[in-house]
Amino acid sequence: MIYLLLILLLGGGLAWASERWNPQAPRWVALGVVGFALLYLTVAVARLPVEQFSLLPAASQPDTWLAHTRIDWMPRFGIHFELALDGLSLTLVALTLLLGLIALSASWAEIEQRTGFFQANLLWSLTGVVGVFMALDLFLFFVFYEVMLVPMYLLIAIWGHEARSYASMKFFIFTQASGLLMLVSIVVLAYQHALQTGSFSFSYFDLLDHRLDPALAFWVMLGFFLAFTVKLPGFPFHTWLPDAHTQAPTAGSVLLAGILLKTGAYGLLRFAIPLFPEAAAEFAPVAMALGAAGIIYGAVLAFAQSDFKRLVAYSSVSHMGFILLGLYAWNSLAVQGAIVQMVAHGLSTAALFMIAGSLQQRMHTRDMGRMGGLWLNAPRMGACALFFTMASLGLPGLGNFVAEFLVLLGLFQVAPRMAVIAAVGLVTGAVYSLIMLQRSFQGPGDPERAVPDYGRRELATMLLMVALLIWLGVNPQPLLELTQPTVDSLLPGATP
Amino acid sequence: MTDLLWLIPALPLASATLLILGSQWLGPRWVATLGVGSVGAAGLCVLFTTLQWQGAPLQQTLWTWIQVGELSAGVSFYVDGLTLVMMSVITGVGFLIHLYSAEFMAGDTSYARYFAYLNLFVAAMLTLVMADNLLLLFFGWEGVGACSYLLVGFWHFDAANGAAARKAFVVTRVGDAAMALGLFLLFREFGTLDIQALSAAANARWEVGNPTAVLATALLLGGAVGKSAQLPLHTWLPDAMAGPTPVSALIHAATMVTAGVYLVARTHELFLLAPPTLTAVAVIGLFTLLLAAFTALCQHDIKRILAWSTISQIGYMFLGLGVGAWSASIFHLMTHAFFKALLFLAAGAVIHCLHHEHDIRNMGGLRSRLPVVFLSFLIGAAALSALPLTSGFFSKDLIVLAAFEAPGIGPWLWAGAVLGAFLTALYSFRLVFVVFFGRANTLPDRQPGPAMATPLSVLCVFSLAGGWLGIPVANVFPAEGEGHPALWVEAVSIGIPLLGLALAYALFLGRRWDASGLVESPLGQAFYRFWHAGWRVDGLYDRLWVKPFLVLTVLLKSEPVDRLYGAVVALCQLCYEGLSRSQSGRLRQYATVMAAGVIVLLGVVWRAAGG
Repeated sequence: MIYLLLILLLGGGLAWASERWNPQAPRWVALGVVGFALLYLTVAVARLPVEQFSLLPAASQPDTWLAHTRIDWMPRFGIHFELALDGLSLTLVALTLLLGLIALSASWAEIEQRTGFFQANLLWSLTGVVGVFMALDLFLFFVFYEVMLVPMYLLIAIWGHEARSYASMKFFIFTQASGLLMLVSIVVLAYQHALQTGSFSFSYFDLLDHRLDPALAFWVMLGFFLAFTVKLPGFPFHTWLPDAHTQAPTAGSVLLAGILLKTGAYGLLRFAIPLFPEAAAEFAPVAMALGAAGIIYGAVLAFAQSDFKRLVAYSSVSHMGFILLGLYAWNSLAVQGAIVQMVAHGLSTAALFMIAGSLQQRMHTRDMGRMGGLWLNAPRMGACALFFTMASLGLPGLGNFVAEFLVLLGLFQVAPRMAVIAAVGLVTGAVYSLIMLQRSFQGPGDPERAVPDYGRRELATMLLMVALLIWLGVNPQPLLELTQPTVDSLLPGATP
Repeated sequence: MTDLLWLIPALPLASATLLILGSQWLGPRWVATLGVGSVGAAGLCVLFTTLQWQGAPLQQTLWTWIQVGELSAGVSFYVDGLTLVMMSVITGVGFLIHLYSAEFMAGDTSYARYFAYLNLFVAAMLTLVMADNLLLLFFGWEGVGACSYLLVGFWHFDAANGAAARKAFVVTRVGDAAMALGLFLLFREFGTLDIQALSAAANARWEVGNPTAVLATALLLGGAVGKSAQLPLHTWLPDAMAGPTPVSALIHAATMVTAGVYLVARTHELFLLAPPTLTAVAVIGLFTLLLAAFTALCQHDIKRILAWSTISQIGYMFLGLGVGAWSASIFHLMTHAFFKALLFLAAGAVIHCLHHEHDIRNMGGLRSRLPVVFLSFLIGAAALSALPLTSGFFSKDLIVLAAFEAPGIGPWLWAGAVLGAFLTALYSFRLVFVVFFGRANTLPDRQPGPAMATPLSVLCVFSLAGGWLGIPVANVFPAEGEGHPALWVEAVSIGIPLLGLALAYALFLGRRWDASGLVESPLGQAFYRFWHAGWRVDGLYDRLWVKPFLVLTVLLKSEPVDRLYGAVVALCQLCYEGLSRSQSGRLRQYATVMAAGVIVLLGVVWRAAGG
């Protein structure tokens, strides 16, 4: 697993360096690096025995995980370089690399200045995210969590659009401030461990069985919750997202929506709830209310937007509400739904951002008031937009439906009222998705307008995502089976 | 044959996929062959299955779709008599409409896209009726909704069509959300979504009238009402006529809109445990059929008249379901599919031959100029009016008589249904007389070719003789009451449509009476406008839902939540400015502040030490 991180990290350096040689080179280098990382992961996973995938990853037995590494780092404080992989991490790491490829494709023809540094930042933010999904030492987790921010900040601040400095600063301050709360919580946790056992430990495996005083647990949990909910982003901490997305270059948006947001969801699922089961259960109604509010609020605001990218950004806020609901419903169905939502939303929203990016590149505007009838000029792009709109509004047969259905089904078992509110989101989701399609691709158009249709590279990228979403929609079972052991290992102990 | 059940939905699905991917390379001839042929082949499979069918339900599981915790739903099919009837209608009528489309849509720039959507629809509709669990049913349910959206807005370059398509999707989605909640509730109660298992478990656990049963069926009914365009979610169907006419025939008359009827029939064992919901079904049906019939009377657009008539006829089916006349409702579903598809296709031929003219006031005298179309329309209208011995007569008569037998409110239901039958005959023959008789206002510039005339002829035969077909649903539904109402009830039920026909003749053809005085009186005008606007339900919803939502979006557009963070920023800026002003560089000021600070500090220390 360390090699995976090293490949990406060093690959970033290599991509940067290769720019001197030829400005076209970095993207080929980046393609090679991500491709190699994917290959490496595939081969490593294929070598594992099949039984390993059905083991419950127990906290006390690292060998029940798919992979586990532990190297001393700062032994005095009980800090280790500890990485582990289970079905959940594997899914998200694979998604990260895949979306890395897709982001690369999105930036292929878009970025022309300082290509080397751009690709380096892209690869480094991938490194950070992959690290987040594998780190099981809380200190290390925090380091990765912060590391992935900096390249993303640079991506927005350097290659972003007109209001990039405001947007990137807002993004940085929001996530940084909330990250600080998490750091405080982590330190408190380690200190409590030292008070009770005499030694510091930041290891997830040690802390999972560690019980805190309930009053303290609540505040520590809140620190984690805030950090991850800002990242997710959950209502009402979402306001950085529309700005960041709107201003980011396409590849930045793809990574941001596709995987950076998922680190928030992952953090909630891996840390914020299992570390403090009682406190989380107590807090669940508030979290669910925020989730339900986010679904409706995001949908209403999405409808109000005239900027294509901003609309998609608000739709993300709405979709993330489902994740929050699913995680805090805390039963097998709902949590699995939330996991599928992470993957499906990653794909569908990344695709919509790519479409937004292609439109901006071709028309130099994101304003839907100046679009309309684009189907006439670019039918392939229109067909893709139609497909991903349908995915985003939760059409059965596509991944997002499986996610939303499972979340709502699980949620209904524990909190029927919340499920009723969230079901309103099914209707509002249709309202904003369809109006987006209408304002951009449908309606009266101008056949003379010069909007070139998708070429081969773009179409291939889109078809890849189409195929994945259909596969996820009609046969989600392999994914569900991959993550089921993780879910099972986390669930007992707490059911709100 | 059981092993090949999957072929039936897979054929149109495969064809749709090919048409989408290969739209650039396939010529129109290939497109039509694939599009029409795949549905025809599926129809042959259905025919084959029906012929070999022994009476026992056929089942096939393809793969496990979703299995998490207690939930286990497969892509599995369950085919019994009810399903066979639906499948035959979908593939049979569907094939004829595809064939008709091959000519009707010829020359359209998006010929391949049209057939792709239409095939996709057939695949989704087949999945809906063949599903053995409610989750897969929901898959088909949403799938047909999406295809309906795509086809209503097929000519999306006109913004009005897009609006109609969105309305259709969103309004039905309201019902779908209710239905989804119904699924969640059923799953919470029984831990399964398998229809047969649910029915068995519900019968074992719930006594008749159980409140949860009432709630669950009411939620399912919400979905049915949305999809089948019944009160209060009927408003999308008249607007959905923006789509190409064959689409209206297939989706918005023969198949998709009857999915609600199918859903209630399929889950009838649950509904039987919830008599209040069943009564609601009957009452909704009755009100819808009357409202729609009055509205149909006051329309001028030929397709809108037929759309309102569809709403009205589905109202009859709901009425039948509500009074427990299950097989009569399904029978009416089938005959309605024949004659309404015939009417729509005939109307489409009229529109096709009259340069896209929709307004019946601009038509007239087409009897001799479009003889095939005239004959089709006449037969369709006769069956719709339930004139004796046509197919509509058999099915509607069963429902009307069953309504009379219903305990308690039966006679009222019957009276309403009979009034509806009178209105049906009136508006149907108004249409026939105005369009095909009298002075010719627009002349046709072409005649329907063989691809259009053949489906019309076949449907004519079925509309006339379809009443003699038996449907194999005896094993599906509980036995129905054998009681016969009094002779006068039967006589009135049979005679009333003839009265409607006579009045239509007197008003619109024979000119025996002139009703214009009545219509133009102030009261008449008020009623006319009220009915023309569909009882102003659209306006009501506009004020109740659409406007408030728009106001809300305008209010929230500036993102009020961000103001909070803006306030934090402003506070920081204020502090920064205040502090930076204090850094003035004047030594005297610094000394004063320092001295004051020392004094305060001393004071604090002194208090702490002293207190």
